[in-house]
Amino acid sequence: MCACAGDSETTATSPATSGALDNRRSFLGALLGVGSVFVGALLSVPLIRFALFPLLRLTTELKFSSLGKLGEFSSLAEPVMRTIQIEQVDGWRKAVSEKAVYVTKDTQGKLLVLTSVCPHLGCTVPWNKEKNQFVCPCHGAIFAPDGTRVSGPSLRGMDALETSVQDGQLQVRFQYFRQLVSDKEVIG
Amino acid sequence: MHSTQNKQSTTPPPPDKGVRGWLNHRTGLDALLRTALYEPIPGGARLAYVFGSGLLFIFISQIITGVFLALYYVPSADHAHTTVAYITKAVTAGSFLRSLHAYGASAMIIVLLLHLSQTYVYGAYKGRRELLWLSGLALFALILGMAFTGYLLPWDQRAYFATAVGTNAASEVPLIGESLKRLMRGGTEMGTLTISRFFVAHVFLIPAFIFALVASHIFIFRKAGAAGPVTEDPFEPKQKPELFYPRQVVMDLSLTALLIVGLGLLCFFMPMQLGPPANPADAQYVPRPEWYYLPIFQWLKYWHGSASVVGILVIPSILVAAVIALPFLDRSIERRPWKRPVAMGSYAFVLFVLVGLGLRSQYLDRHDPGVALQLAKQKTEEQEFMRKPFEPELSSASLAAANVALADPLAAKGKTIFEAQSCNACHGDGGVGTAAAPALVGIAAKLSPDQMAARLQHPTAKMTAGGMPPVDLPSDDLKALIAYMQSLK
Repeated sequence: MCACAGDSETTATSPATSGALDNRRSFLGALLGVGSVFVGALLSVPLIRFALFPLLRLTTELKFSSLGKLGEFSSLAEPVMRTIQIEQVDGWRKAVSEKAVYVTKDTQGKLLVLTSVCPHLGCTVPWNKEKNQFVCPCHGAIFAPDGTRVSGPSLRGMDALETSVQDGQLQVRFQYFRQLVSDKEVIG
Repeated sequence: MHSTQNKQSTTPPPPDKGVRGWLNHRTGLDALLRTALYEPIPGGARLAYVFGSGLLFIFISQIITGVFLALYYVPSADHAHTTVAYITKAVTAGSFLRSLHAYGASAMIIVLLLHLSQTYVYGAYKGRRELLWLSGLALFALILGMAFTGYLLPWDQRAYFATAVGTNAASEVPLIGESLKRLMRGGTEMGTLTISRFFVAHVFLIPAFIFALVASHIFIFRKAGAAGPVTEDPFEPKQKPELFYPRQVVMDLSLTALLIVGLGLLCFFMPMQLGPPANPADAQYVPRPEWYYLPIFQWLKYWHGSASVVGILVIPSILVAAVIALPFLDRSIERRPWKRPVAMGSYAFVLFVLVGLGLRSQYLDRHDPGVALQLAKQKTEEQEFMRKPFEPELSSASLAAANVALADPLAAKGKTIFEAQSCNACHGDGGVGTAAAPALVGIAAKLSPDQMAARLQHPTAKMTAGGMPPVDLPSDDLKALIAYMQSLK
C-alpha cells in the first residue's frame, strides 16, 4: 500500500527503485495482515467453543427417575403413589427435590404415570379410594383413575409424564405443565 | 543487512479512494496508522526491543481470556471453586483457556522482567525519560497486584493458603499492618468477603489503572522517542533511524508468535491444575507462593522479632526508593553498560540475591523431609481431584429439604403425616406454598407450637374461607406434624 517515510528522514531515490520497494512493502504488509487475521481466527476457535458450550451441550437437564421394577405394577388395581427424587442439573449446580407421581393404567390397560400436580392451580391431587377417583382438595376438580377429567374447574385431565423402561425398571421424567389451559403445555 | 532507511521513498498522498479512502476521510485512520508504524528507531531495529510489544500482546490476551472466564466464574466462597472446576472439567476448551490465563500471568512477569532488564542495562531510562521509567514501575507493581489477586480466585487449597500467607505478610508492616491485612481480607479471617475484594481489585480496579498507565506509558515513550542502542545519545539521537515498520514490526510479531506457540503447547500438554476446594481447617497444609513471589517469601523467613522492621520495611523501602529515584540520581548520559560499573554491579547483586533466595527456598523444601513429604502429598491430592469427574453443586434448597427429614425423628414422622393428610396438596411440598394456600415455611417464627395446634384444630374464619379444614388427629400425630411445621425454614 504505502512505503512512506516518517518526518525524520526523506532520502529521494530513483523512481524505479522506489516503485519496486513499494511493491515489496505492500506485499509484506498484505502478508502480515493475512497472517495476523489467520492467527487471530485460529486463536478465537477455543474462545468461541468455550462461549458456545451451553448451546451445544445439555447443561440444563432433567434426568429420568426410577419408579421401581416393571413387575411391581403388572397387577395394578388402582393408582399408586410413588415419591420420586428429581435431579435437575442447571449448569454447575443441581437441585434435588421430591415429587409425588401416580402409576396407573389407561383404558387399554397400559401403564401410565401421572403427575400429582393439579392442572387447575397446581395443588397436589390425592387419590380417593372410596370414590375411586382423584379428588383435588383445593377446588374440587375430579379425575378418573386414568387421569381423564370428570368434573370440576380443571380445563383438562391430569398430565401424563414421559416414561421409559430401562433394565426392567420403570423410569419417568418429571415435568411441570402450564395450569389453567385446556392443552397440555410444558413449562420451561 | 541492508539499511532500508536509505531507500525511503517520499510520502505518498493519503488514500483517497476505495474503502480506505472513505474511512480515512471520516476517521483520519491513515494518520493514526502512520504515527503508529513510522516511528523512527535510532540505529535501526533490534531484537532487544521486542519486549514492550510482547507485554502488550500478553496483556490483551489476559483481558480476552479473563472476560471469557467470567462467563462461568462466580466470585463467592461457596461457588468459586465449583465454577472453576466446571470451567476446567466440563466446559469445552475451558481447561485450555484457564491455563492460558494462569500461565499468561507467569509469562507476563517473565517478559516484564526482561523488558525492565533491557531498559536498565541499555540505560534507556536516561534523557528526559523519568516519567517513562516511573509509569513502567507503577505498571510493574500493578501487574504483581493482578497476579496476587487473581491467584486466590479459584479458591482451592493452594490459592487459599498462599493468599493467607500473603495477607499475613502485610500485617508485618509496622503500625498499619493489622489494618492493612483486615482491609485486604474484608475482616480478620479469609472468607467470601475476601474473594469479593480480590475479584473487584482483579477485574475492575487494577485493570482500570493498568489501562490508564499503559496509555500514558506509550504516550510518554513516543514523546521521548526510542532510545536506540547503548552508544546513542539519550537526548539527541544521532544515529541513522529506521522506521518501526517493517523490520521491527516483524521482530515484535516473531516474539508474539513465539509466545502464542509456547503458551499454546504448554496449555495443551500441561494444563493448569486445580486442587481440592479450600479447607481452612486443614492445619497440615504447607503453603507455597508462585515462583515470582518465592524470593520475597524466603526473605521474610529471615526476619523475626524486633529486627523484622529492618528486613520487612527498611531494606525493601530503600530498594524501592532507589529504583524509583534511579533516573533522577543517575544523570550521566553514559549508556554503555561496561562504563556503568555501579549500576551494573547493583543490578547483578539484586538479581543474584533474588534468584538465590528463590533457589534457597526450593532447596530447603526439598531437604526438609516433613515438608517435602507434605508438598508431595498436596500434589497427589491435586492430581486426584483433577481425575474426578465434575460434580455439580447441590443447591441449598435441596439440602434443606433433605436434612429436615433426617434431623429429627418426630419431624420426619410429621412429614409423612403432612403428605398423607394431603397438606402438601395446598401448602405445597415442603410447605413452600401454592396458589391455593400460603407457605408454611418460617411459620415457627410467627406462631408458638400451642398456637399452631389451636389453629390446626380450630381454623380461623379466614382459613376456613380459604378451604382449610379442621385437622382431626391423635395428639401424638399432631405433635409430630407441628414438629415438622416448626422445622420448615
